[in-house]
Amino acid sequence: MAHGPAKGITRWLYTTNHKDIGSMYLWFSFAMFFLGGIFALVIRAELFQPGLQIVEPNFFNQMTTMHGLVMVFGAVMPAFVGLANWMIPMQIGAPDMALPRMNNWSFWILPFAFAMLSSTLFMDGGAPNFGWTFYAPLSTTYAPPSVTFFIFAIHIMGASSIMGAINIIATIVNMRAPGMTYMKMPLFVWTWLITAFLLIAVMPVLAGVVTMMLMDIHFGTSFFDAAGGGDPVLFQHVFWFFGHPEVYIMILPAFGIVSAIIPTFARKPLFGYASMVYATAAIAFLSFVVWAHHMFTVGLPIAGELFFMWATMLIAVPTGVKVFNWVATMFKGAMTFETPMLFSIAFVILFTIGGFSGLMLAIAPADFQYHDTYFVVAHFHYVLVPGAIFSITAGVYYWLPKWCGNMYNETMGKLHFWLAFIGLNVTFFPMHFSGLAGMPRRIPDYNMMFADWNMISSVGAFLFGAAQVLFLYNVIATIIGGKKATDEVWENPEGLEWTVPSPAPYHTFETPPEYK
Amino acid sequence: MLKAAGGLCARVLGFAVLLMSQLALADETESLKYNMTRGVTPVSQDIHGLHMQMFWWCVGIGVVVFGIMFVSMFLHRKSRGVKPANFHESTWLELTWTAIPILILVLMGIPASKSLINLYDTRESEVDVLITGYQWRWKYEILGEDVSFFSNLSTPRDEIEGFAEKNPNYLLEVDEPLVLPVGKKIRFIVTANDVIHNWWVPDFGVKRDAIPGFTNDSWAIIEEPGTYRGQCAELCGKDHGFMPIVVEAKTESEYRAWLDEKKAAAAALAELTEKTFTFDELYAQGEEVYNRSCAACHQANGEGLPGTFPSLHEGIAVGPIQDHIDVVVNGVPGTAMQAFGEQLSEVDIAAVVTYERNAWGNNMGDLAQPLDIYNHKQGK
Repeated sequence: MAHGPAKGITRWLYTTNHKDIGSMYLWFSFAMFFLGGIFALVIRAELFQPGLQIVEPNFFNQMTTMHGLVMVFGAVMPAFVGLANWMIPMQIGAPDMALPRMNNWSFWILPFAFAMLSSTLFMDGGAPNFGWTFYAPLSTTYAPPSVTFFIFAIHIMGASSIMGAINIIATIVNMRAPGMTYMKMPLFVWTWLITAFLLIAVMPVLAGVVTMMLMDIHFGTSFFDAAGGGDPVLFQHVFWFFGHPEVYIMILPAFGIVSAIIPTFARKPLFGYASMVYATAAIAFLSFVVWAHHMFTVGLPIAGELFFMWATMLIAVPTGVKVFNWVATMFKGAMTFETPMLFSIAFVILFTIGGFSGLMLAIAPADFQYHDTYFVVAHFHYVLVPGAIFSITAGVYYWLPKWCGNMYNETMGKLHFWLAFIGLNVTFFPMHFSGLAGMPRRIPDYNMMFADWNMISSVGAFLFGAAQVLFLYNVIATIIGGKKATDEVWENPEGLEWTVPSPAPYHTFETPPEYK
Repeated sequence: MLKAAGGLCARVLGFAVLLMSQLALADETESLKYNMTRGVTPVSQDIHGLHMQMFWWCVGIGVVVFGIMFVSMFLHRKSRGVKPANFHESTWLELTWTAIPILILVLMGIPASKSLINLYDTRESEVDVLITGYQWRWKYEILGEDVSFFSNLSTPRDEIEGFAEKNPNYLLEVDEPLVLPVGKKIRFIVTANDVIHNWWVPDFGVKRDAIPGFTNDSWAIIEEPGTYRGQCAELCGKDHGFMPIVVEAKTESEYRAWLDEKKAAAAALAELTEKTFTFDELYAQGEEVYNRSCAACHQANGEGLPGTFPSLHEGIAVGPIQDHIDVVVNGVPGTAMQAFGEQLSEVDIAAVVTYERNAWGNNMGDLAQPLDIYNHKQGK
């Protein structure tokens, strides 16, 4: 009665299996991570020293834009959806995702979206060059012709995300094993449930704003043109109403992953499970009322500035609760430091540093000096790289033995960690200094007073990039061979995913397990 | 290879740690290179105070949280043979670490709110400056004084491309700085002509978006004479990194003298409009104007950038001269081609039109005189 996968390419094209689709999402994300990384290295190579050496300013702007878009929409978001596909059914004891055909479709439109976006690099006038935040009118009246392809690529990515989110909500709400109440769900499931609601709320807003751009460019409307009665600042309000929840879309599932890993390697249950759930919900709610803190210098009325400053500062409270809970989980545990744990601990420390600079940026008067400098670049890379990227990496090392049945090479994993950790800090820490010294972001050339910091950042960036090649090698080597993993993989980990054999069979939980 | 890279990183990291410790001890006036400037206005000094206060709050919280974490990582490890505890809940603790941060946030937020209200108070200004962002230069107008001019990057291309040594003010220097008096309340009214720019001078604590069709305002009282430099702080296209700001703060009498000088220069320029120039004079000046105002898009060789900025080897520069003048004076609405009629003098426009029609093998052989441009503007 065992029913295995189909043979050949059709297995991947037609599959409705959550594990196959999860793997495809993860490989796609890995590919995009390297593509976006190459764009980043072009940026860092140009900024290695003052003067224009490698690329033209226009191409430099295309690189910053494409780096942001590919990393956000191509690397981080699909990686989390891939992890959700693999782990949510296995963590709640479901046989598959609730809507498997839609699952197939939501993945398979993504490669087309990114093929379209990447193809703009070869078009007349070049790729989008207006930053990943694509502020109008630079992205409308003054945009290269390829902007239309960019708009449709965003539409497709949005459709994919919305379908993925619907699927995750349907799965979690309907397909939990008997006995698994909401307050017994693993935190990764909880954080993804909340993330999915955020996605459904804001991806249509993004679709709306790019459609307004399309109208302004091709159909004579003036949403963002003051000469026709519109307002360029309207663009920013709509964009950031999407953009700020988007930031949490990229971090909430990370909270879930780390909340699974730290208890395993501290050999102690997660501290404050309920408060973790409430804190996640509080962060999600607050994410809708802080968007204008990206816009402190656009000339908001004073009441608006004060409101958005205080609301933004408030986010530090639930975020702090999470950090304190992780520290309390580690406290009086019996810790070991395998690769997933190393990445998780680095996550807690570096994400907190990113939180500190976030708190500084929330102070509106101070933001008048920080805004659009490298201080902001340092801030959001400190929350996104150790936040999203490190947690995904930790998740991959943590669950990879379950997926393929082999243990990864621990020495190589630790080497990967240390190289990535050092590379990351060497790259992004000096950016705090160059930003405070007054270096604006998104410039291809700069005065010599910023030269030292930029040179250090560039060296760090290449080190970080090299570390990821090691990661790729380690993952492939683990899939091909290596020591067999036990069913539990780790010492007494919590969760239904560890009750199935390693590697996880093609179909799991065909009859639902009883959850105590 | 790996070892060498590791060694380099260790050195770099060591350097960073060294500088961080310097940051903690630094004399605030000498901390420009890695810390925010204190600046020379009440607002910038206020902001610097808030920044340092926030920094120390973060250091304090970090020491406590990371301290507990590191102690735990050292003591509570399996290799030391410890048995894990099993506690996993404490409502009392959760409430404590919710309440204390709220209290700290209130302590942070009150001074910040006060500063913000002060920063927004642009009333009772003594000098009003209208600042307009263009791709990629700034226009300054001293309101009520009939003084108005453009300020362009003056760093030579050779320094940017590495053919000449870079001077200390590389990319932070302009042909015509803005001059302002010290000790007066100055109001900056900021807007833009094309895309969103941002006028930022760190030493003034002034950073305001320049938005086409809207105005923003901000203020400064400059306390010390000197030269203050800043840059555009909002991505505004290709040459976003090449539109610096230079403000010279001078005494009241020096400022007055500068205003008179500017007015005299404008009058002299107006007289030149009546003069008839030779082809060679126009061509030579045209080349200079072209490199300053046109080459950023159309490139020094006139070839433009395919798909973005049109080539001048075809189209208007080799068509009827009246059409050519019209495009330069009035721009092309809905594109990056600006209306240079308000940015350049009649002499400059006549010169650049003459240059474009006769440079790079465009042998049109005709020329435009300043009076032609003047007449075109008047609709004749």
